[in-house]
Amino acid sequence: MRHKKAGRQFGRDTSSRRAMLRNLAANLITHERIETTDAKAKELRRVAERLISKAKRLGKVAYTPQGELSAGDKAKRLHAERLVAAFIPRFGVDSSGDKVDIVDKVMTNLTKRFESRPGGYTRIIKLGPRRGDGAPLAMIEFVDAPAVVDKVRAAPPAEPAAEAAPAAEASAAEAPAAETAPAADAPAEEQK
Amino acid sequence: MAVPKRKTTPNKRNMRRANHDKVTPVQLVPCDHCSAPTLPHRACSSCGHYKGRKVVSQKVDAASES
Ligand SMILES: [Zn+2]
Repeated sequence: MRHKKAGRQFGRDTSSRRAMLRNLAANLITHERIETTDAKAKELRRVAERLISKAKRLGKVAYTPQGELSAGDKAKRLHAERLVAAFIPRFGVDSSGDKVDIVDKVMTNLTKRFESRPGGYTRIIKLGPRRGDGAPLAMIEFVDAPAVVDKVRAAPPAEPAAEAAPAAEASAAEAPAAETAPAADAPAEEQK
Repeated sequence: MAVPKRKTTPNKRNMRRANHDKVTPVQLVPCDHCSAPTLPHRACSSCGHYKGRKVVSQKVDAASES
């Protein structure tokens, strides 16, 4: 019986499971919000929140600049940092291509953000079944993560290009007039 | 070995299947934001909102952006 054996196995051996959770945690910390399956999100919640709690046990020592710490506090901080670094990779790359020191972000950024919050640093929102295998997907984010914004596609350049082609085929002398005429037509055509 | 004496009648079989073997239709609820039918406790698949906020980033044309 698997009584009192908490946690999901994911059909993997310990090493593969640990690697997966390590990567998920690293991605959650660098990107603040990731999409994965329901089950992985729920397992990641345990892992990620424990990392933050490890750092938070230091209190203010976690995010105070090194120069202002006493020797004892420096040692405490180094220990906590090593506990965190033992699980996650040191560096990640965020969506803008910048290098992120993941361990440092847990120690100095997340501890400060979640200072007054007694656990519950992440939020999971279910997104529905995945196309392909039907796996239930979820989004997991830090509760104070920046708001979701739509990706705005630039106005499609296809239309002006299509207008330009027939205009170019017309006589070269007419070109300056032809350029302005289709441009005026275009909005009217869209409305029909 | 104990063995059925009589073949189960279609009525008995159907009565058994009518209750715990039935298939329930997918329950959908209208999205608070766009009214599209949505799975309960899930972000809306058409507008990406859940509990009054945007949770899924979508691709939007610059012209149609509201
Ligand atoms: Zn909606």
